[in-house]
Amino acid sequence: MNEIVSKEQIAPDTWRLVVRAPEIARRRKAGQFVVLRVHEKGERFPLTLVSSDPDAGTIELIFQAVGTSTKLLAALQPGEDILDLVGPLGRPTHIEHFGRCVVIGGGYGMAPVIPIAQALHDAGNELVGINGARSADHVILVDRMGAICQRVEVCTDDGSLGRQGFVTAVLQEMIEADERIDFVLAIGPTPMMRGVAELTRPNGINTVVSLNPIMVDGTGMCGGCRVEVAGETKFACVDGPEFDAHEVDFDMLMRRQRMYDGLESDATRMFKPHSTPLDAPAHEGCCCEEDRPDGK
Amino acid sequence: MGSRVMTQQRQPMPERPADERVRDFDEVPIGYTAEMAVAEAQRCLQCKRPMCVEGCPVKVKIPQFVELIAQGRFSEAARKIKQTNAFPAICGRVCPQEGQCELTCVLGRRGEPVAIGRLERFAADWERAHDEVEAPAHPAPTGHSIGVVGSGPGGLACAADLAMWGHDVTVYELFHAPGGVLRYGIPRFRLPRAVLNAELDYLSKLGVTIRTNFVVGRTATIDELLQEHDAIFVATGAGLPRFLGIPGENLLGVYSANEFLTRVNLMRADRFPEYDTPVHCGDNVIVVGAGNVAMDAARTARRLGAENVTVVYRRTRGEMPARVEEIEHAEQEDVRMHFLLSPIELRGDDDGWARVAVCRRMELGEPDETGRRRPVPVEGSEFELPCDTVIVAVGSRAHPLVPDTTPDLDVSRRGYVAIDDSGATSKPGVFAGGDIVTGSATVIEAMGAGRRAAESIHRSLTGQEPPNGNGG
Ligand SMILES: Cc1cc2nc3c(=O)[nH]c(=O)nc-3n(C[C@H](O)[C@H](O)[C@H](O)COP(=O)(O)OP(=O)(O)OC[C@H]3O[C@@H](n4cnc5c(N)ncnc54)[C@H](O)[C@@H]3O)c2cc1C
Ligand SMILES: Cc1cc2nc3c(=O)[nH]c(=O)nc-3n(C[C@H](O)[C@H](O)[C@H](O)COP(=O)(O)OP(=O)(O)OC[C@H]3O[C@@H](n4cnc5c(N)ncnc54)[C@H](O)[C@@H]3O)c2cc1C
Ligand code: SF4
Ligand code: FES
Repeated sequence: MNEIVSKEQIAPDTWRLVVRAPEIARRRKAGQFVVLRVHEKGERFPLTLVSSDPDAGTIELIFQAVGTSTKLLAALQPGEDILDLVGPLGRPTHIEHFGRCVVIGGGYGMAPVIPIAQALHDAGNELVGINGARSADHVILVDRMGAICQRVEVCTDDGSLGRQGFVTAVLQEMIEADERIDFVLAIGPTPMMRGVAELTRPNGINTVVSLNPIMVDGTGMCGGCRVEVAGETKFACVDGPEFDAHEVDFDMLMRRQRMYDGLESDATRMFKPHSTPLDAPAHEGCCCEEDRPDGK
Repeated sequence: MGSRVMTQQRQPMPERPADERVRDFDEVPIGYTAEMAVAEAQRCLQCKRPMCVEGCPVKVKIPQFVELIAQGRFSEAARKIKQTNAFPAICGRVCPQEGQCELTCVLGRRGEPVAIGRLERFAADWERAHDEVEAPAHPAPTGHSIGVVGSGPGGLACAADLAMWGHDVTVYELFHAPGGVLRYGIPRFRLPRAVLNAELDYLSKLGVTIRTNFVVGRTATIDELLQEHDAIFVATGAGLPRFLGIPGENLLGVYSANEFLTRVNLMRADRFPEYDTPVHCGDNVIVVGAGNVAMDAARTARRLGAENVTVVYRRTRGEMPARVEEIEHAEQEDVRMHFLLSPIELRGDDDGWARVAVCRRMELGEPDETGRRRPVPVEGSEFELPCDTVIVAVGSRAHPLVPDTTPDLDVSRRGYVAIDDSGATSKPGVFAGGDIVTGSATVIEAMGAGRRAAESIHRSLTGQEPPNGNGG
């Protein structure tokens, strides 16, 4: 079960997997995710369902190898199985014909943007993409965005590809130029999502973000994923993960995301890919042997 | 048995000393020796009209199994229990006997009742240790297929019976491991996982298929399952956490008991970083609530190294819903109990970690609808308790996923699934039982509901009464 059909490295620390999971593929809707576990002692962690092919019975995952679990996942090879894979979880995105939409992805956040952008496109919306990353080699999925967007603005922190600067700068220009914007979707690092929310708030532009708190079960049973939206406690895994950006308490989200930071880095330090019960075959050129490349 | 030594005192349960056991997650009670079990069994009067059986939710044949123990026929005793209770090793450990069979046992009127729970545990453990637990001969397949949603005690008990009667059974479970609360809720120091796993082995010997990582309502709906199965039993439990709804509840270090226990029991955060899932447990832990869940959380926190664990409860000791044994064990393990106290706010430090619980004193007023005196706040009685970790164990709610995705399934006001006496829901072919029907109750009641539903399903599919002598 859950056999990895193909694996591709699309950026220095970012991987794309196609996994056989016919039941999930059949039911997946834009905005939903899976929860995975990669070895017997592993944790449960969520990844967005980027796409699915119901006929082939496969799903697509794109992830950044940032810590223990994602590095172990990146160490798996085609033909191997993902130990546990459950989904599709979360509420599907609310899709309608908004008109002209700006879809913004920062870093790995570009991956979860794809399925929603695709659904918006399929519903007849006109799309502008903003694709932000640290540097040129971290820019991902420009082609996929290009296929569904009228135009795609690429920006990098260091200016090595596209414009130099943050995605918010591009959005700000669009707002200042009075471009028509009926709907904004932003997914990426929490400060980026908050930046987008602040930009669209004054004009009241309908803005949705997808939150990524720490999750355990992913089905509403633990409350670990709770976030505050419009002053109310919500469970991101069942009430979300998408929420109205103008109502999210981003400070709390950021604090809660860091709850295990000291501990997690211990685990990452302990991480030794070939001493895990996985018995993953030796492999070359895998980022899992490095320390966390981005020092996050 | 003529020559019975009449003793008033029951055989005490040998237990590991508190200072030793708070350092690990191994089981606390050691279990009776054969001599102790025989001696305890000999206290039973073998009543003609046994009151103990009246108190048992599934009517275990108590005098009969106790007599078999008195005669030294231990494995036979286990099999006698299994005629009505498929999982005696579990029930012997977690049933609230003091409110059931041991409450109604006649010996309890004058002295101590027969230690029925300990004997049940003894017989089941003996059988597991000494005898190949027999899987009953596979009956002829009936050709009927049943889907069971949820692998807690309700689902497992239903699956065991149906499989024994020749039906093809598949259990769907959303977690990566089966068992429901027995897996993610009840700690291993109360229910060693070897015991649970042995019961699951038994199920697989019966030919039951368990499909983990399958969320009914997401991976497939009940309507889709009905295309594969002739009937469905819904036993999804009441696994959703409740919070207090007070300011500061989303601070760091504040957990639902469900999350705290799941991290430790299911994900093994007690062995982080060998296991990847962490848990935060500071030195000053406040547990809010006074049921089994609260006791389990408090005792788990002690085992994770917390020095000061305080249970805060808005009523008094007499109203604590936890099993008596759990309360005693918690106190032996230096868990402090603060009664007539209710947190009204949690305050954090600059980094957002909970540091102080503002509590208000309560007093008992008029009885409420449950007959217990209602706690009412004492104005102006607020004071602060220091804390690093707060665990909220104030009850749970129905799991809404199945009702929400099954339009023609009737639910009650609070989201629990409505059933008739046979366990049937409003939707043809769909039965339900356990916590998803009753709200949070007990392991044995969920098992009882599972077995009743199994009978109804068997009847509805075959038009016949279930075969006698179930439970091998
Ligand atoms: C609904 C949802 C969908 C997601 N979809 C994707 C996806 O499609 N692709 C993808 O790459 N990631 C996605 N994530 C984030 C992903 O789950 C985390 O990156 C992963 O859990 C990290 O686990 P780890 O053990 O590898 O790292 P950890 O060891 O747990 O963490 C390493 C470091 O990574 C950072 N980190 C941890 N968790 C998160 C998080 N939730 N968000 C941001 N940074 C984090 C922290 O700085 C931490 O110190 C999603 C999260 C959610 C909640
Ligand atoms: C910490 C704790 C301690 C307890 N201690 C005791 C005790 O000492 N004695 C006692 O008698 N009782 C105790 N209880 C209560 C007892 O455990 C429950 O009453 C009993 O487990 C209910 O059984 P159930 O089968 O109805 O549901 P559960 O045991 O809750 O099992 C339900 C299962 O269904 C799964 N599920 C839910 N939704 C879906 C879905 N959509 N698709 C697939 N699977 C799904 C869940 O993951 C879960 O595994 C305790 C409860 C807790 C939480
Ligand atoms: S009521 Fe007590 S004494 Fe009588 S049969 Fe039951 S266990 Fe034995
Ligand atoms: S992850 Fe457990 S409730 Fe959302």
